[in-house]
Amino acid sequence: MSLYYVQKFLYELNRDENVQQAYEADRAGALAGFDVTDEESNALTEPDIGLLFHMGVNGQILMHFAALHQIEWGDYLQRMRDGVDAHGPVRAGVYAMTGYEGVDAHAASLGQASAAADGTGNEGS
Amino acid sequence: MPLVYAGVCSHAPGITGRADQADPDVRDAFYASFDAMRRRIEDAGTEALIVIAAEHFANFFMNNMPSYAIGMADSYDGPIEDSDWLGIDKVRVPGNRDLSERIIKEVLETHDVAYAEEWRFDHGISVPLHFLTPRYDLPVIPVNINCQGPPLTPVHRAWNFGEAIRRAADAVPERIAVIGTGGISHWPATPDSGKINKEWDLDFLDRWARNDRDALLDYTDLQTYADAGQGGFEIRAFIAIAASAAGALGTVHFYEPIPIFSVGCTIADYDMSN
Repeated sequence: MSLYYVQKFLYELNRDENVQQAYEADRAGALAGFDVTDEESNALTEPDIGLLFHMGVNGQILMHFAALHQIEWGDYLQRMRDGVDAHGPVRAGVYAMTGYEGVDAHAASLGQASAAADGTGNEGS
Repeated sequence: MPLVYAGVCSHAPGITGRADQADPDVRDAFYASFDAMRRRIEDAGTEALIVIAAEHFANFFMNNMPSYAIGMADSYDGPIEDSDWLGIDKVRVPGNRDLSERIIKEVLETHDVAYAEEWRFDHGISVPLHFLTPRYDLPVIPVNINCQGPPLTPVHRAWNFGEAIRRAADAVPERIAVIGTGGISHWPATPDSGKINKEWDLDFLDRWARNDRDALLDYTDLQTYADAGQGGFEIRAFIAIAASAAGALGTVHFYEPIPIFSVGCTIADYDMSN
């Protein structure tokens, strides 16, 4: 696992139009020089937002990657939830500090309902 | 010239990028409070604006992460984010390299800090400037405290940094305003995005308004993460501003959770008249 290089690639991609053009032309080729595993490479080229979140990619990096792929905000949040459901708690990085057990359990630990968990604050949505 | 203004505000990208999804009454009241903050900064005769923000991997990464950095250039470009996504056009913002260098030299007397002659703004600075200097005609000095990639600077060092910023601002002839930007409790860009711990926020803002140093430094990252999310680490910017205004009392002009903006939206400042 090389979370550092996954995030390093996304950092470069987010801020450099040349990297964005290279990624658009050849996603796997754009990863040359970044020491990532096959699983990480697949997650970055597919892209698999949920798996990347599970791996521990910082959301401040990941949200720009989602925007690059025209993934709408609510869909972006849902893909991360699905990733935790499918793969388990975040396994590294800042969100693994205290363990991430999913949005409902996290809401309960704060004494809050999870109705706002879609990011809109709309009850029942 | 003694520091003429010290305040804090939110900077979440949803404030501009998802504006059409918020309750218009609450959103417009927040925008109005932002505009009132702009007028107070202008009425103070501000000649340069120091923006202490937690940036989000626009310039700094874990290969060489400074705990503290100050920009030292005559202009800065931003935002790095897609303009449609953020709702802010890309623009060149004026800086003041000479003033930055004088500020940095004075800060270094008591607090180590990196300097950067290149700096691209992200929403941490671009969203506040969109409201506070909408004509982009006020020189800006960007400042970053690493709140994203642990290990993070201890909060008592953020206080020390704020004191150094104050001393540096007082030492130059220009009329300097300083703002801190960031969240209080929030879980930005995660599955919990939209959650806001209002009770925690109001307790923090009470400590901030009283400018109670001991109470403001009584936070650990582990507890902050549990109660206020990783976005809560950005209290360092608010704490630095409190230190820059040590002895002054603050007013919270606006606080309201706006979940689609992913943060309890905040506008507050200190009374610097004394």
